[in-house]
Amino acid sequence: MSHGSVEARSAPITSAAWKQIDDEAKRVLQINLAGRKLVDFDGPHGWQYAAVNTGRLTIRTDGGLGVPWGVRDVAPLIEVRVPFELPIMELDNASRGAVLELELVVSAAEKTAHAEDNAIFNGFKAGGIEGIIPTASHPAMTIPDDYADYPSIVVDAVETLRRAGINGPYALALGPACYAGLAQAAQDGYPIRERVEHFLDGPMVLAPKVDGAVLLSHRGGDFQLSVGQDLSIGYAGHDRDKVYLYLTESFAFRVLERAAAVYLKPRRSKK
Amino acid sequence: MASDAYHESPDLLTEETRNMHRAIVSLKEELEAIDWYQQRADTCSDPQLKDVLLHNKNEEIEHATMIMEWIRRHNDHFNEMMRKYLFTEQPITAIEKGGKADGPAPSAAETLGIGSMKGK
Repeated sequence: MSHGSVEARSAPITSAAWKQIDDEAKRVLQINLAGRKLVDFDGPHGWQYAAVNTGRLTIRTDGGLGVPWGVRDVAPLIEVRVPFELPIMELDNASRGAVLELELVVSAAEKTAHAEDNAIFNGFKAGGIEGIIPTASHPAMTIPDDYADYPSIVVDAVETLRRAGINGPYALALGPACYAGLAQAAQDGYPIRERVEHFLDGPMVLAPKVDGAVLLSHRGGDFQLSVGQDLSIGYAGHDRDKVYLYLTESFAFRVLERAAAVYLKPRRSKK
Repeated sequence: MASDAYHESPDLLTEETRNMHRAIVSLKEELEAIDWYQQRADTCSDPQLKDVLLHNKNEEIEHATMIMEWIRRHNDHFNEMMRKYLFTEQPITAIEKGGKADGPAPSAAETLGIGSMKGK
């Protein structure tokens, strides 16, 4: 159970219903979280963890302190909270042995996973997260229209990383269109997907928030997701008819090596 | 063989179970050594030898802790329970009953246990 507190236990939710809610949230999160399959994970450090030490210092001269001084650079964690509500009548059905209707848990889990992935891949400036695609130091490559040409662009992208001194294995995060297209494509009866995998030596994952694809190193040490409170379900309150819950987590994401990713943009990319 | 303490034929066990057995047997041995060194130090009449015995006991504590961490990394339920009980301040039995945790969102004191998904 992801909610061991007094508040959560005050919720009019039986342990059977909690289990179904937790299991469903976990299942949907694991399907939708792409970044976590590819980047280093640091944590979870708990709610009290507020910022990641970058090991850097910004030298300052203002303020009249009378001595040389600087401010330590940190990456603050952001907290996300995605509320959802469940009808008490439906939750009670878990005790009767029913499989609960949990569409609102599914959509909250999707939203939460997409928020984390959006920050990881596309950045989230307001939260101080730069993101893999905006910081990639190599020029973006345009994805060919024909899926049969995918292996050659992946080879080009791998070569780009290699030339920059970035060792494999490499991974490919594919947006929904690329993922579906690549899964279906074949040449001379041989699946294109397998040809692409051959050059990666690492995983290919569906990344719903990526527009196009990103090739990135999978060796470790290049991208870091730092988590304070890991994904949890919280209890906000209830009334006669509904229980109000939320999915939450706190995290920061840092690109440690900008040369470790190449963005493969679709022909009609907005970026 | 890590030990003769198998309860089932080792051939029928998974490699995962055999490794966990190795870790658990090692942990038992370290804990036993800690106990022995402590008892010997208590009764030792030579101050220098007593210091050596206590030093050795602390070495065994380090070894035991390293094995516990290996076990935590390889068993989800150990991981969950250690995260729940270790380094807490409340009365231990109150934690099982759902004692209030510190933090800005106490109703989400525990997690869904997703963590790292790299390589999974």
